[in-house]
Formats: sequence, C-alpha cells, structure tokens
Amino acid sequence: MLSYLIQRFLSIGLSLLGVSLLVFMMVHLIPGDAALTIAGERATEEVLAQLREDMGLDKPLYYQYGKYLWDLVHLDLGYSFKTKEPVIDEIKRYFPATAELTLAAMAFSIIFGISAGIIASVYRGKFWDYTSMSISLAGISMPIFWLGLMLILIFSYYLGIFPATGRLDSVLSLDIETRTGFYLIDTLLMGNFNAFRNAISHLILPAITLGTIPLAIIARMTRSSLLEVLNQPYITTAYAKGLSKWSVIIKHALKNSMVPVLTVIGLEFGYLMGGAILTEHIFSWPGLGSWLRDAVESRDVRAVQGGVLFVSFLFMFVNLIVDLLYAYVDPRIRVGDETV
Amino acid sequence: MNTNPSSTGQHHVFRKLLRHPSATIGASIILFFVIIALLAPFIATHDPMQTDITERLKGSSGRHYLGTDGTGRDIFSRVLYGSRISLKVGLIAITFSLGFGTLFGAFAGYFGGWLDNLIMRVNDMLLAMPSILLAMVIVTILGQSLTNAIIAVSIVYIPQYARILRASVLKVRELDYVTSAKVIGASDIRILVTTVLPNCLAPLIVQATLGIGAAILDAAGLSFLGLGAEVGVPEWGAMLNENTKHIRKVPLAVTAPGMAIFLVVLGFNLLGDALRDALDPQID
Repeated sequence: MLSYLIQRFLSIGLSLLGVSLLVFMMVHLIPGDAALTIAGERATEEVLAQLREDMGLDKPLYYQYGKYLWDLVHLDLGYSFKTKEPVIDEIKRYFPATAELTLAAMAFSIIFGISAGIIASVYRGKFWDYTSMSISLAGISMPIFWLGLMLILIFSYYLGIFPATGRLDSVLSLDIETRTGFYLIDTLLMGNFNAFRNAISHLILPAITLGTIPLAIIARMTRSSLLEVLNQPYITTAYAKGLSKWSVIIKHALKNSMVPVLTVIGLEFGYLMGGAILTEHIFSWPGLGSWLRDAVESRDVRAVQGGVLFVSFLFMFVNLIVDLLYAYVDPRIRVGDETV
Repeated sequence: MNTNPSSTGQHHVFRKLLRHPSATIGASIILFFVIIALLAPFIATHDPMQTDITERLKGSSGRHYLGTDGTGRDIFSRVLYGSRISLKVGLIAITFSLGFGTLFGAFAGYFGGWLDNLIMRVNDMLLAMPSILLAMVIVTILGQSLTNAIIAVSIVYIPQYARILRASVLKVRELDYVTSAKVIGASDIRILVTTVLPNCLAPLIVQATLGIGAAILDAAGLSFLGLGAEVGVPEWGAMLNENTKHIRKVPLAVTAPGMAIFLVVLGFNLLGDALRDALDPQID
C-alpha cells in the first residue's frame, strides 16, 4: 500500500510538472509580443519594459522555466496583471465558493444518480427503467448553461421560490464573518440561521444545474454495473437463503457494483470543475470559475496559469482519493499489493 | 489484398442500425438541422444581423415568430442561421481532431518505443485537464474569436482519438494479416494505411459521432462565456449570453437557441450510442 502511495504521488508530481510546462509555455505561445498583448495596446514603453523584466522574458527559456518552478514550489504564482494582487491570494479567496458549489452538486448527483440507477436496474425493462434512462440520456445532452437559465426562469422568475444570482442576499452578506469561506459553515458558526437558510436557497439551483450531467452518467453506470452483479451466482445464493429483494440489493449487490461507479465519480469531478465555470457565469457565483473566465477575457496570463495549475492539481488529487477508495469498497482490490 | 473482413459485415451493421430506434431518431434530428442550415436563407423571415431599435424585445408575433432580442434582431432567423455555424463548428473540429488524433495514435501504437511514450505522456497531460479549461487556455493564447474557439475545441479533442486509435492499433498490429503484409515486403506506412487503419475504424466512428456533439457543446459553452463568437454573430451560445439579461421579458430569446443546442447534441449522442451497439459484434 505504501509503495503504491509513493508511486502515485510520484506520478502526480510528473503530471503536474507536465501541466506546469504547458502552462509556462502559454506566455511564449502568444503570437506577437506577449508583453504587449498582456499589458494592452496603450501600455507605455516603461510598463512594457517592467513587465518583460518581471516575467523574465529577456532571459533564456530554461532559466525562465526554472524560475517559474522555483516560485511554484514556494507557492508563488506571481501577480495578477489586472488586480495587482498575488494570484495565490485570489485563488484562496475564490476557491471556497467553488468548493461549496461543487461539493453540493456532487452530493446531489451521487444521491439521486445512484438511487435512479438502482431503481432502473431493479425494474429493468419496465416503466421506471425507461423513464430514468431516457431522462439520463437527455441529461447528458443538456447544455448546462441552458439548463441553468431554464431553472432560473421557472424557479426564480415564474415561481419565485429560489433567488437567481449570488451566494447570499446582499443585505445579509454584510454581516458574514468569513472563517472558512464556506457560507453554509460560516453562517452556522455564527449561529445566524436566517443567513444559513438564505445561503442554502442560493445554493440549490446552481447545485442542480451543475449536478445534472454527473447524475445522468452515475445513474447509467450504476444501472449497468448493478445488472452485471445481479447475474452473479452469489446473488442467486442470497435469494435462495430467503433474503428479501431489497436486502439482497442493498447488502449484497450494491457494494460490489460500486467500483466502476466510483471511477465515474472521480472522472466526473474533472467535469464538475469545468462545468463550475459555466454554472458560476450563469448564477453570478463569485467563485474560481467566474474569476478564471474574467482572467481569460482580459488575457491576465499569470492568473490563468495559476488557476489552471490549481484546478489540474485538484483533479489529480481527487482521482488519487478515488483510487484509494477502491480498496475500501472492494477488498479484492488491494492496490499495489503484489500478493494479489 | 482484401482488408475488409467481409462485405456482408457492413450490410449487417446497417441492418442493426435500422432496427435501433435511437439511430432513426438521432439521424432524423441531424437531418432536420442539416436541412435547416442549407435552407436558412429561404426560410428566414429577416436578415439575422439586421438590428431595429423600434422592434426591440418584442414577444412572438406573426411578424417575428420567436420575438426579437435586445437590439431588435429577429430570433427565429438567428436560430436558423445558428444551425449553419454550429454544424460548421462540429464538422471542422471533428475533421481536425480526428485527423491529428489518428495520426498521433497510429504512430504511437504502430511504432511504439520513445515516440509512443512521448505522444502518450503529452496525451495524458492534456486529458488531465477539464476540456473547457484547456480550451480557455488556448483562447487566452490566441485571443477571442469564433475561429479561435473552433481551433481550441479541435485541439482539446485530439487526445481522445489518439488514445482510442492507439489501443486498436496495438491489438491489430499483432494479427496474422499484418505479419503477412510485412512478410511480402510492404512498407510501414503502406501497412498502416491499407491494412491496420481500416480495421481500427469502428471505435473511431463511434467516438467521432459523439465527438461532433461534444465539440458543438463546448464551442457554444465558450461563446456563452463570452470567449467565443464575436458580439452579434448568430451563434447559439453567444445568443444565450446576450439574451440572458432579457430572460424575463423575452424568455423565447433564451429558450429557443438553448433548445436548438440541446436537440443537435442529443441527435449526435443518440446516433453515436446506436452506432456503438451496431458495431459491437458481441451485441446481436
């Protein structure tokens, strides 16, 4: 197990090195004068010279990359050209909002996705199977930005149940003491239940929007994986012992069918990070995605570099955790164990 | 040498496709949009770029079937013309990424060694990033325009095809008919093109069909973020972005282009799913 962990960390390190090289090369792939593109057409010669020096554009390439890596190891991602603030501080500030949204979306998609998959496989070929599988196929093809807008239209404008934008009503957001940056936690810590309810009502529509596609994929995967397990001899044995249908499914079949589902959940996390960019844009959610979009629009290269590195790192990290979970869910897999 | 296992095989696949309801539905949807794209100038009631301030934010009427947007442009006509852009985006992106993906995947799989290692490591790195994120990196480098969005989406999907093709080449490479082609002295390139590739096509066709939908969706997503099509271009994603602020007044301005994206992508997904089943010899 330990050797496996070391091996995985090494491979994550290598992949990150690759991503850092790609991200580093961004500056040099910009056609024409990179400094001019970044600083804007109206930048003075002084500003340009300063910029070239800050970015080390006048030094040889290997030196620049070496310095970039050195700074990276010291968590120095440089300064945003637009806000003049350290990129790492901006990431710290915007990340909790994105994490809260992503985790909520993930919880939504896992709970409802696995339930829908179970129902579909138990009632295979019947009404519920067709219904949940048709909905999930539609879910996969759904542009999430459109889904979000439709939810706003129905639930905010027509029914008035949920707010359309932001994380909190602006009146309430003034009193929030930011401790963790997760509003659901911060409001609870303050004992401000009014704000807590408000934060939840802001979170629901974005979480549904972001969670729908993973829900559809998880449902399809649960269904096919469970159907395979339900054909195994030990399931027949469980039935023969006189166990009820649901007890067989929940206690015997479900856990054994979860390995492929977990893989999908891990992969969907990458999708969620991407989908969060679109979702945040729809709901004016002040997270990493909105921040990154603005950075791309204003070609704030340092910010884009930092954001991309950070998200890639998260993605790899989550997949590592998913790999470790395999061993828990299915004891037949003891990753990296040579005796198997 | 006949590299086709049997010509009846193709008829068989076609018969299986015809029996598959999602193939029929998917193909019909795609055909519908192709016809709309071709006939857009004849069906459209207005010039899709024509603004008219006196007619702005109107609901649906006999004059404007789907109403007008914030600058008085006819939404019905814009949605029709949007199909031209989206289908074009899908086709160009798929041609480009399929072409390069095939090239890289075939070389990596057939030649192996350091070339394989290099190509696959770069591949893994690109796959380690969410697709829209990578597309945003490319847009940052190239600047914002519809053309650059197409380039970005094309590059993003290369690794998927490379990986699929490499896997099938690895399998096919060891088969007897490839060895026999080598024995009779055919060159590597000749073997690749005439013997190996035709037998690796099935998974590529499936992935390409699904890929067109994905490319259309990603390009629309970029435009929706304001990082793709230029302001005013009747691109569905850009229309959504522009009209979102008027969603209360003219919901159709948002509903219609979104529905169009949804249907096109659904069409390609249905057809791709059906093709996968039809080309899989294990399902009969």
